[in-house]
Amino acid sequence: MSAHGHGELTHEHSVGTTKLFTTVWVWLLLLTALEVFLAYERLEVHLMITILVGLSLIKAALIMSYFMHLRFERLGLFLLLVPAMVFCICMMLIMFFPDSIRLMDLRPH
Amino acid sequence: MSETEFEGIVESPWSGGASPFAINSKKLGMWLFIISDSLTFSALLVSYAYVRLETPDWPRPFEIWPAIAKSSLMTLVLLSSSLTMVLGVNAAFQGDRKKTVRYLIATIICGIAFVLIHATEWVTLFGEGVTPWSNPWKPFVPLFGGTFFGLTGLHMLHVTIGVVYLAVIAWGFGKGKYTAEHVEVSGLYWHFVDLVWMFIFPMVYLLSVNPK
Repeated sequence: MSAHGHGELTHEHSVGTTKLFTTVWVWLLLLTALEVFLAYERLEVHLMITILVGLSLIKAALIMSYFMHLRFERLGLFLLLVPAMVFCICMMLIMFFPDSIRLMDLRPH
Repeated sequence: MSETEFEGIVESPWSGGASPFAINSKKLGMWLFIISDSLTFSALLVSYAYVRLETPDWPRPFEIWPAIAKSSLMTLVLLSSSLTMVLGVNAAFQGDRKKTVRYLIATIICGIAFVLIHATEWVTLFGEGVTPWSNPWKPFVPLFGGTFFGLTGLHMLHVTIGVVYLAVIAWGFGKGKYTAEHVEVSGLYWHFVDLVWMFIFPMVYLLSVNPK
């Protein structure tokens, strides 16, 4: 590791403060508490999984942006990593979910 | 190759030249690993969600105590370990080796606590006759054990590897063998393990709470 690269990264690292990270941590805890609360609401399972995964996506975005520092990196890195991942996950959802809902409808009532 | 050779191409489209996106290669490598690993977990979670939604008789065994209380506590422990990790990375870049090692040790303790609480919960389930292949509940849904232990087991394996990884980094950084970049890259892995739990916890536990 060269001294030059080290210095450059140290400079970019001064953006996150203890206060910022603690705030993010509190938000993550609040969203988790909301999820646990919602688990005891009698919602239909498709709606429930949508809400829970939606909240989890917000938490994942918070972790990636602040804890994993992606917000402070070059835009190019974000564009390399996230769209490809989102595309692959969307492909999985396209394959699976319409079929799972169809199977529920085919079930004898 | 010397440093000066690259200075002319720093303004290239990928903002790097020698270092794409102006980050070191370890960090880029870890990010690429994280993306591929996230797709492994996504595939498992999507296939789990498929059978979960397709099976109206899916068991809802998780009582407030012990399962939901313990898994909520595990979430708290893992989130807190992420906070100590990120503060450790900050301390590492400020050059404070002692503080960094202390934060890393706090992170490792949280990781071990997570694995231990999880293990007690697994043992409770084993005691009820729940295994990856069978469970005592009627109507019998054999996939419950397979998906539950598959998802949580793979995640637990990641946490265990993370604890070992962080221990090596804490030891080496304390001795001055490793740089702050090493700490940062191990932090990326640790936050990823935390991130995956943010999906496993609601999808595996909260979707199967006992409504009583």
